[in-house]
Amino acid sequence: MHYTICDVVLDLIHNSIEAGSSLVELSLIEDAKTITVVVKDNGKGMDAETLKRVQDPFYTDGEKHTARKVGLGIPFLVQLAGQVQGAWNIDSEPGIGTTVSFSLPYKHIDLPPVGDIPSCVLSAFCFSESADIAVHRFRDGSEVYSVKRSEILDAVGDLTDAQALLLAKQYLESLET
Amino acid sequence: MGKMTLEELRKLREAQKSEISKRDTAGKDITIFVGMGTCGIAAGAKTTFDTLIKAVDANGLSDKVVVKQTGCMGLCYVEPTVEVIAPGMPQTIYGKVDSATAEEIVKKHLVEHTLVEGHIYDRPAIDIVKK
Repeated sequence: MHYTICDVVLDLIHNSIEAGSSLVELSLIEDAKTITVVVKDNGKGMDAETLKRVQDPFYTDGEKHTARKVGLGIPFLVQLAGQVQGAWNIDSEPGIGTTVSFSLPYKHIDLPPVGDIPSCVLSAFCFSESADIAVHRFRDGSEVYSVKRSEILDAVGDLTDAQALLLAKQYLESLET
Repeated sequence: MGKMTLEELRKLREAQKSEISKRDTAGKDITIFVGMGTCGIAAGAKTTFDTLIKAVDANGLSDKVVVKQTGCMGLCYVEPTVEVIAPGMPQTIYGKVDSATAEEIVKKHLVEHTLVEGHIYDRPAIDIVKK
């Protein structure tokens, strides 16, 4: 089980990147009652059979870990949504992409902390694959900021340098204010 | 703190770079990988990553170290895992790397060139090593 909602988000983005996406779009939508997250990618997608099986913690495509029989990312999401009476959905089409979304009520006592959003976004930007990642942050119905991995790379260069990473983090934190 | 613009970010970075280029360095030859698969994330690898970049910067190693993220290294039972490749030191995978251990790795492994005992684990599991 992931500790924060941000951890779930990072895990989903990593799935999208590993699915060979060139663009991943993350929307973080907060209002007084709920937090809604949408991760949309243009990766390889899944057929209906695979889509059913990803909820099973003992299913994995076996490509990356041939000797391993677990895949916990989506099961963690399903478990989280279930424990707080939230909702989740996955739409996917082979060759087109996948959209994973979930919505969680703030008032539920078992809702985990949201987590550190700038840190989560920075981590998402740091996976070495070339996918661009666009983040859209909404509060109470209006977009408060958006940021793209490509524009950060353009401004600070490669995100493997500690100083570049710290500056990028500072920038992402400033957007949250 | 108000919202920073991309232009401000770019300028800050350029100022940093000109400062770095004044130093005489032979390029980055140390690489640190942080495992950020489902297992790593669940065990707190994001905090480890944040601490590592702060510690690298605080020890003045920014111009020598590349910090990268990777997926699961196959050692899910000792996450968060951190692999360090540094000249003159054995290639090492550290496990159970919380913030305090991350700082210790930078201080001992990278600065003092000694291993951090109690956190040394094996090479990645056989099923994910590229043949």
